[in-house]
Amino acid sequence: MRSALEHFDKAFENRIRLQVMSILVANENYDFNSLKELLEVTDGNLASHLKALEKEEYIIIYKSFLGRKPNTSYAASEKGRAAFLKHLQSLENLIKQQKR
Amino acid sequence: MEEKEIYTELNSIRNLMERSAKFISLSGLSGIMAGVYALIGAGYAYYLVYGPYGGLQYRDYYITDQQVLWKLFFIALIVLILSLGTGILLTLRKAAKKNQNVWNPSSRKLMVNMAIPLLTGGLFILILIARGHYAVVAPASLIFYGLALVAASHYTFEDVKWLGILEIILGLFATLLPGYGLIFWSVGFGLLHIIYGSIMHFKYDR
Repeated sequence: MRSALEHFDKAFENRIRLQVMSILVANENYDFNSLKELLEVTDGNLASHLKALEKEEYIIIYKSFLGRKPNTSYAASEKGRAAFLKHLQSLENLIKQQKR
Repeated sequence: MEEKEIYTELNSIRNLMERSAKFISLSGLSGIMAGVYALIGAGYAYYLVYGPYGGLQYRDYYITDQQVLWKLFFIALIVLILSLGTGILLTLRKAAKKNQNVWNPSSRKLMVNMAIPLLTGGLFILILIARGHYAVVAPASLIFYGLALVAASHYTFEDVKWLGILEIILGLFATLLPGYGLIFWSVGFGLLHIIYGSIMHFKYDR
């Protein structure tokens, strides 16, 4: 078990953080409101998870204006992409080990 | 972590990646309806061009008949508006039923990617019509529509790509045989839409 859990990423222990990351990996970028709608979470909840991912440098933030309204969008960083793939790999390994 | 838990986790990841990147509220039924409108339009156009008795006699004088040309133009326009209207309406309904937002990043990308080849093709055809090259209308509309579908397929069901490729192939054949433009057009916009719409309806809508 130990070898499989080696790459298990603490930042992805939270479900919503993992979900945010999977959306950002599949798309070039995604804005705050669309993330909120897709994940069905509250503003504060999403913001705190995004902050956590930002602290890990897993995501990049783009701030812009749509007319007068501020519009924040997010993209996965290289580091975040690599961490996400590693995490998936460790999930896969875990399954493989349990099958054995 | 339990194995079951990992599977649900992986499933939710996959589902989100797909839902965030692809627009899946397109209605199959609207494809069928678009095909029906196209066939009715083509039938009426055939009647206008060849007269009530049908037949395949060679005619080249209708092209200079401005009245017939305008009528054909309006038929095409009505078919287009009806198809788009039905498509938008049914897609909105399907999205509401699935509790999905219609206006999201993937639908925006879908629109932009479809609009580029469609507007290019539309202008291209209008310019050629203005210059009197009527034979190009059917093949060019099939080819550009096919290209638009292939471009759009990255942001929705993969099946759309095959419809697009078939439209392109039909368009190329129509270019080889310009006299049968209307027939190729009926097959591409009528028959293919009905077949494809039915497949989509039974595959995804039920």
